[in-house]
Amino acid sequence: MKNELLKLLSRNARYTVEELADMMGKSEEDVKNEMKALEKEGIIRGYKAVIDWEKLDAAYVSAIVELNVVPKADLGFEEVARRIMAFHEVESVYLMSGVYDLNVVVKGKTLQDVARFVARELATIDSVTSTTTHFVMRRYKEMDVELCPEKIDDRGQFWL
Amino acid sequence: MIDYSKVLNPTVTEIKPSGIRKFFDIAATMDDVISLGVGEPDFQTPWSIRKAGIDSLQSGRTKYTSNGGIIELRREVSRYLNRKYNIEYEPEKEILITVGGSEAIDACVRAVVSAGDEVIIPQPSYVCYEPITALAGGVPVIIETKAEDGFKLTAEQLRAAITPKTKLLILPYPCNPTGAIMEKEDLEKIAEVLRDTNIIVLSDEIYSELTFGGKPHVSIASVDGMWERTVTVNGFSKSFSMTGWRLGFACGPRDIMSQITKIHQFAIMCAPTTSQFAAIEALKNCDEDVKNMMEEYNQRRRLMVSGFNKIGLVCREPKGAFYAFPSIESTGMSSEEFCEKLLYTKNVAVVPGTAFGKGGEGFIRASYCYSVEHIREAIRRIGEFVKEI
Repeated sequence: MKNELLKLLSRNARYTVEELADMMGKSEEDVKNEMKALEKEGIIRGYKAVIDWEKLDAAYVSAIVELNVVPKADLGFEEVARRIMAFHEVESVYLMSGVYDLNVVVKGKTLQDVARFVARELATIDSVTSTTTHFVMRRYKEMDVELCPEKIDDRGQFWL
Repeated sequence: MIDYSKVLNPTVTEIKPSGIRKFFDIAATMDDVISLGVGEPDFQTPWSIRKAGIDSLQSGRTKYTSNGGIIELRREVSRYLNRKYNIEYEPEKEILITVGGSEAIDACVRAVVSAGDEVIIPQPSYVCYEPITALAGGVPVIIETKAEDGFKLTAEQLRAAITPKTKLLILPYPCNPTGAIMEKEDLEKIAEVLRDTNIIVLSDEIYSELTFGGKPHVSIASVDGMWERTVTVNGFSKSFSMTGWRLGFACGPRDIMSQITKIHQFAIMCAPTTSQFAAIEALKNCDEDVKNMMEEYNQRRRLMVSGFNKIGLVCREPKGAFYAFPSIESTGMSSEEFCEKLLYTKNVAVVPGTAFGKGGEGFIRASYCYSVEHIREAIRRIGEFVKEI
């Protein structure tokens, strides 16, 4: 049940407990308990809406920043990653294989905001040796959700 | 001026047009209609299948294939039927690749039925069987399956319908629109009635992959004594979401298949080449895709059945296909009345059970080949409608 529940919630975190119970053929009690257990174990870390900010005319810019880092003796990249994570401008932090070490997604109101943040807060970190900032021009798909274009159902209304 | 009524084949002109034509037409003029009316998957054909089709076009595979179909595809069909349903068909002489299950049904009926032969058709069921029988000069003999039997065909009903003129039994399970399946014990009882006869069975198993509740599909050809008298029809439309590709197959004893192939050869030549290449990929590598689709259908099925029961429309659990067949008896309306009023007042389109036979009166068919959100909204509106009656 765990896997099925996780699959359903990652598709749409707003399914009600009743709907989840119906879809899985389980009781609402079982579903509630399983969700609580998964949250407690830290397997489910949050429920977030996927928002197309561009449609709002809201000020929203994001950038993917590639960092090269000199890892610390015993701690590796841990310390730097945790320090970067703490900023509210940072949406995600990943340790990567390949040409650079940390992939950081930064969000801000304007291009200047993001550039300023990278220059002031990320590039200045001791063990960070270089930063390369790529601005996101257009978001097509995020968290498994297609942002554009709209899917058309071309099946018509009836078929026998 | 030509009088066309004098020019056309009366057998054809006498076939009544689909009873719900008017619904098609009305719904098409309305905005914001939430439909639960279609009978094809909402899933895209899995990418690897589309890619195989595209690759075959790019390599210029655009010529006719052999009449029977690409031999590699027939071999894959043979392997598929063997491992899934435990039936053996020899690829060269016992398997024919057709333009959808539809062509297979039509060609089989034409090969078996002569003028005046009776064809037993359980209803409610898919609307093509009666007209195809009439076109072949056959006489449809309808058996009304019952809700209390779970809409299964019973041995008693079959026995009572058999006459010296009976040539063919059409067995459409899993069934559109009822969602009924026939389990091993059910098929054994039917086999018992048919074993000593010369009656051929046309088993339309197009929904064979869509069985739920832990009940795997059983082909009647796998039951003792039935292989020699069964033509098994299946295809790619529903299982692999390949409705537009128009690909299916018919399998049976070679003496029957050679005649069906004859009809196919003269009327069709061969099934679409691109689709055949794509289908090889489907059978070889897409078990995982099918499994994922089935899982999603199953979730929607449970949601829909529970939804209908919660709003007061008694809905038995369908074990196959992708339709729910709830009863609207509690509303006191006829199926057509219910559907028409629902369409006009709540902009929700469902199909009246009567479109599939007289026995569908008092029922509606709702498909769950739609997203959860779509199903949820449709049922919410139907719930409102039922309350307001």
